[in-house]
Amino acid sequence: MNDIIAYFPLILKGMLLTVEVALLSLLISILLGMIGALAKLSKSRIAQSIAGTYTTIIRGIPDLVLMTIIFFGGQILLNNIGENLGWDYIDVSPFVAGVLTIGFIFGAYMTESFRGGILAVSRGEIEAGYAFGMTPFKVFLRITLPAMVRHALPGFGNNWLVLAKTTALVSVIGLQDMVYKASLAGGSTRKPFTFYCVVAFLFLIITGVSDVGVRWLDRRYSVGVRRA
Amino acid sequence: MDRMAESAPALRVEDLYKNFGSIEVLRGISLEAYEHDVISILGSSGSGKSTLLRCINLLETPTSGKVYVRGELIKMRKLRSGERQAEDRKQVERIRSKLAMVFQQFNLWAHMTVLQNVMEAPVNVLNITKAEAQERAETLLQRVGMIEHKSYYPAHLSGGQMQRAAIARALAMEPDMLLFDEPTSALDPELVGEVLKVMRSLAEEGRTMLVVTHEMGFAREVSSRVIFLDEGLIVESGDPQQVFNNPESDRFREFLAGAFK
Repeated sequence: MNDIIAYFPLILKGMLLTVEVALLSLLISILLGMIGALAKLSKSRIAQSIAGTYTTIIRGIPDLVLMTIIFFGGQILLNNIGENLGWDYIDVSPFVAGVLTIGFIFGAYMTESFRGGILAVSRGEIEAGYAFGMTPFKVFLRITLPAMVRHALPGFGNNWLVLAKTTALVSVIGLQDMVYKASLAGGSTRKPFTFYCVVAFLFLIITGVSDVGVRWLDRRYSVGVRRA
Repeated sequence: MDRMAESAPALRVEDLYKNFGSIEVLRGISLEAYEHDVISILGSSGSGKSTLLRCINLLETPTSGKVYVRGELIKMRKLRSGERQAEDRKQVERIRSKLAMVFQQFNLWAHMTVLQNVMEAPVNVLNITKAEAQERAETLLQRVGMIEHKSYYPAHLSGGQMQRAAIARALAMEPDMLLFDEPTSALDPELVGEVLKVMRSLAEEGRTMLVVTHEMGFAREVSSRVIFLDEGLIVESGDPQQVFNNPESDRFREFLAGAFK
């Protein structure tokens, strides 16, 4: 117990980092998800195939493998290019690599959630928007998007929870998140079980709070919908 | 320019064809509608009547033919794939904003209240202020008998209530012409009356209306002209009294016999 108290501030600092990584990655994944969904639904064959390749590859390779490829491989690639252009050695920070990778990975999952959400929007309502002279942009903003949120929310919420847990992988590339801290603390006190339990508990807090948030969003975007 | 607009019909359709793949739905439709006309478009399922209406506001793209709204030709062009497309998107949007449509399935925006539904297009398309749009909306909702329900969401309304709200939504655009696509076909029989009553009052007000309908009573008593479509062609057209009492075409005679079984 004393060990937990002693190391707790350290672990909390790690938790802060975990949350930072998770939120930034979430933002990137939402952006990529929206672009990907629109690309898959567009009439352009090129856009469709690029988006399709993206989601197929990302969803087909383990996150851990992707993380190490992007971090170590990306570092090498960037410096090879830099050498030819006469740049100095660039150090890719694990933070940047971690956030970009996780954002990139979950962008693929968000693409599918958003795509499904958009497809579920009532075609008649969209048509009515056009029939009244709305521009495609207005139709998307005022009609499709609000309606889509309700349909995409379960998938979105799920993706977020998995994303938050996946941040644990950044410990592998040396980022000092709370899992990394737990392994440090557990190593030096020789009580790994204790500290991983603490981290597990802290993750439960993160996901618990998220759950409340998602349910609030669900209620807000379901105004006017008949409960089945 | 003004003189041309005055003498030009509200709508002119010239030799309209529409194919869906290899299926010919409209096979050469021509018609004219003048200011204050109330034209009922009758026909059996598959005759092309909804398609005709939807070609007017370009929800469907005609395969060939011309559509003039208030003397203005909707510009079309041919794509490399052979398909036709409206040439000027802004023109289509502008014309659509002056032709309001009422749908068979109502198509009210489910995430907005009745009031918001009626305000939405005037604010976002006509760019009038929210205050003005709200005033306009409340007057119209009063007119169609839906003012008590202005804060309701569509999911909590009956079909008749939804359609009356949809009519208010259409009127809020202050359109030159109203397009009704089988407005009462999805309603329970008891609710049909309240919607027809509103439509009748619009006709009596002098609104220009194109109504695709199965309601023979409305067609006979309220319209200024009746058109009967059969397999993509106009087979009967004229004054309702004349057309109902002395149909010229056999197909229409058959149709009437079936309708009044």
